[in-house]
Amino acid sequence: MSAFVDLLRRDLKLAVRQGGALGTALGFYMLVVTLLPLGLGADLNLLSRIAPGVLWIALLLAALLSLGRVFSSDYEDGTLDILATGRLPMELVVAAKALAHWISTGIPLALMAPVLGLLLNLEIGAYPLLVGTMLVGTPAISFIGAVGAALTLRAYRGGLLIALLVLPLYVPTLIFGMAAINGLLGASGTSSAFLILAAVSLASAVLCPLAAAAALRLQMQ
Amino acid sequence: MQLIAENLTLERGNRKVANDLSFQLEGGTALVLTGPNGAGKSTLLRALAGYLRPASGVVRLRGVEGAGEADSESGEVREMCHFVGHLDGIKTHLTAAENLSFWAKYLAGPADAATPVAVRVEDALDRFALAALAEIPAGYLSAGQKRRLALARLAVAARPLWLLDEPTVSLDAASTRVLVDAIDAHLAGGGLAVIATHIPMQLARVEAIQLGRVEAQA
Repeated sequence: MSAFVDLLRRDLKLAVRQGGALGTALGFYMLVVTLLPLGLGADLNLLSRIAPGVLWIALLLAALLSLGRVFSSDYEDGTLDILATGRLPMELVVAAKALAHWISTGIPLALMAPVLGLLLNLEIGAYPLLVGTMLVGTPAISFIGAVGAALTLRAYRGGLLIALLVLPLYVPTLIFGMAAINGLLGASGTSSAFLILAAVSLASAVLCPLAAAAALRLQMQ
Repeated sequence: MQLIAENLTLERGNRKVANDLSFQLEGGTALVLTGPNGAGKSTLLRALAGYLRPASGVVRLRGVEGAGEADSESGEVREMCHFVGHLDGIKTHLTAAENLSFWAKYLAGPADAATPVAVRVEDALDRFALAALAEIPAGYLSAGQKRRLALARLAVAARPLWLLDEPTVSLDAASTRVLVDAIDAHLAGGGLAVIATHIPMQLARVEAIQLGRVEAQA
């Protein structure tokens, strides 16, 4: 288990030192959300109604940008071969790297959402719910994305291919993320969608490493 | 300890690069693979490490302390080998010492538990004359220095089988001697090594396989 923690620590350290991935993702997130009111016009009621959806979709797109690097940087410099010689099963290598991606990209993006909510006239009461559902939903983005990243490791223009493979798989997260916000904001104040959102994240954290590890083994042939 | 390859047939994109290759390597011996470019040296090393699934045949590692018979099918051989390929496996944003200490922790087995990570890293840096460069980000190292850093990985964790793919590339004469000494010390301890190389290496106990070109078959 300590090898898992060592790998996670190394990936987080690299994410901090390299810096580029997070900066690009946050910048992209901000730009997409900023462009939207410019395109739709300054109808505050409309913006406020669509704000949660816009923030969720922009977050998915921003997270996609950095997914391509999850394995490719290790593949290109030969590190992946050596990681495979460790006693840590490939499934856990994948899990550590996806977790590092969530911590270094998913969490910052979720925390950035309220700031961007200001631009969209998002209801003040929705802020904690928005961040909460995003924090619960984003692990699925990293783990499902890891499968796409593993499959497209050696593909030419893999980055675009990842988007095609992975975006359809983000549909449950998006639907239940939105439903959770609406449910929690509604009269009852409770939401089963929130629990399903959590279930999607947990299930992908368990199942996706298996698929991604199988894909990586093929890619290393 | 023995490394055994039985009837290995290896394919690369429908082209056979090794056909029905068998050998048996006793502990304390190095196997040197020679042959022209494209003869299948790297492919054979990757198959021995278990990255590449052979079209037929099996690789076994026998008599390793604390483990039974390991074979490549289940990935057990891979967990007992050091693989140094064409790529150095170095993170340019980490310092030389950080690179090594990560591998020292990650690759460590039961045999390494007795020695603290810092000691293993320092020892490896000293052995490959990298002590002065320990705190420099690896991105600033020269090609030869990076190569030495990749080879220093061999010294941070004890593993019975070393698979080295042209380890002397970009090394100067002095560093090559350091590498040869390191391999000899590993062999003297009963270890195994398989080395693909174009230049002759003055090792103590060597067997050789000359790989030739196996033509594509219809």
